[in-house]
Amino acid sequence: MASGLSDQYLPGTVTKSVKILVVGSFGVGKTTLIGAVSEISPLRTEETLTQVSEGVDDLTGLAEKRTTTVAMDFGRITLNESLALYLFGTPGQRRFWDLWEGLAEGAAGVLVLVDTRPGRLEGSFEVFDQLEIGTQMPFVVAVNHFPDTVRHSVEELRTALDLLPETPIVDCDARDRASVLKVLTTLVEYAVDLADGPAPAPAPAPAPAPNILAPQEVVS
Amino acid sequence: MTSPDDPGRTYRDTALRPYVLTKGRARPSRNTISIDTLLIATDPAPSLPISAGRQERALLAMCRGLLSLVEAAARLELPVSVVRVLASDLVDSGHLTARAGSPQSPQLSRDLLQEVLNGLRAL
Repeated sequence: MASGLSDQYLPGTVTKSVKILVVGSFGVGKTTLIGAVSEISPLRTEETLTQVSEGVDDLTGLAEKRTTTVAMDFGRITLNESLALYLFGTPGQRRFWDLWEGLAEGAAGVLVLVDTRPGRLEGSFEVFDQLEIGTQMPFVVAVNHFPDTVRHSVEELRTALDLLPETPIVDCDARDRASVLKVLTTLVEYAVDLADGPAPAPAPAPAPAPNILAPQEVVS
Repeated sequence: MTSPDDPGRTYRDTALRPYVLTKGRARPSRNTISIDTLLIATDPAPSLPISAGRQERALLAMCRGLLSLVEAAARLELPVSVVRVLASDLVDSGHLTARAGSPQSPQLSRDLLQEVLNGLRAL
């Protein structure tokens, strides 16, 4: 290992850590986002998926059982002398989180990174089903802006993604440290609000907005 | 350290199967070691038994400073599940000290969340 590793250790005063999960489909910018705020170069670890995929992948006709290697990238922010925050980037489906035992357990929240360009949003739906039904974790949706991303209003996105009225939806540039810190702050503010007590009664559902999955005109 | 985005970085395999490193065990000896449990070599460190494997020695050397289980695994290029077993043994034998990672409860306390928020706002 490189001699520079000594810079990579946590201060000896740190006694506790907190996790935030960054989930999203392949190529949406999870590792870029983590790298924008991490104090260490994002690291990668890999696990082999075998029994986790049973009943999911059709193995009929295969001569031998196949395994899949799933990667998780992560980064770290030391928040104060006693507390470190880890950001873990994983594919959205719950079965991938379960691969890393204890990953979702005790997480502060989940940042769902989405790409709203045509044809890229569909992969996000399973993530939201998992989050709303399968966990109690607070989550925010961050729209990563690529150069050709068309801007949609928050309400259009809320309708298209079928999100609850209180779920925060924010824009971000996954390459920009300040932008990513703003999203993380939004997530933890929301988590604090939820911890303070039941959310106020949800507002009436907004009027249906145009289906943003279909090609359409630019909305400013 | 190779960057995860390095296109030259591809899946590597070794002749030594993971279950050999863990002496056939898939589960650690204690279940309190999580992915973000913080590890540091006990000071002064008792010497490892002569039977200790290369990976255990590498893990102990890696933990001369404070870092999480998942960081140690990534830097050693070993699966997290394997390093959990090895780290758990080294904690049992007094070579490593573990500091609790995130709480083993579904939801964090409000105080801890507020501390995270304050930390993020101060960055």
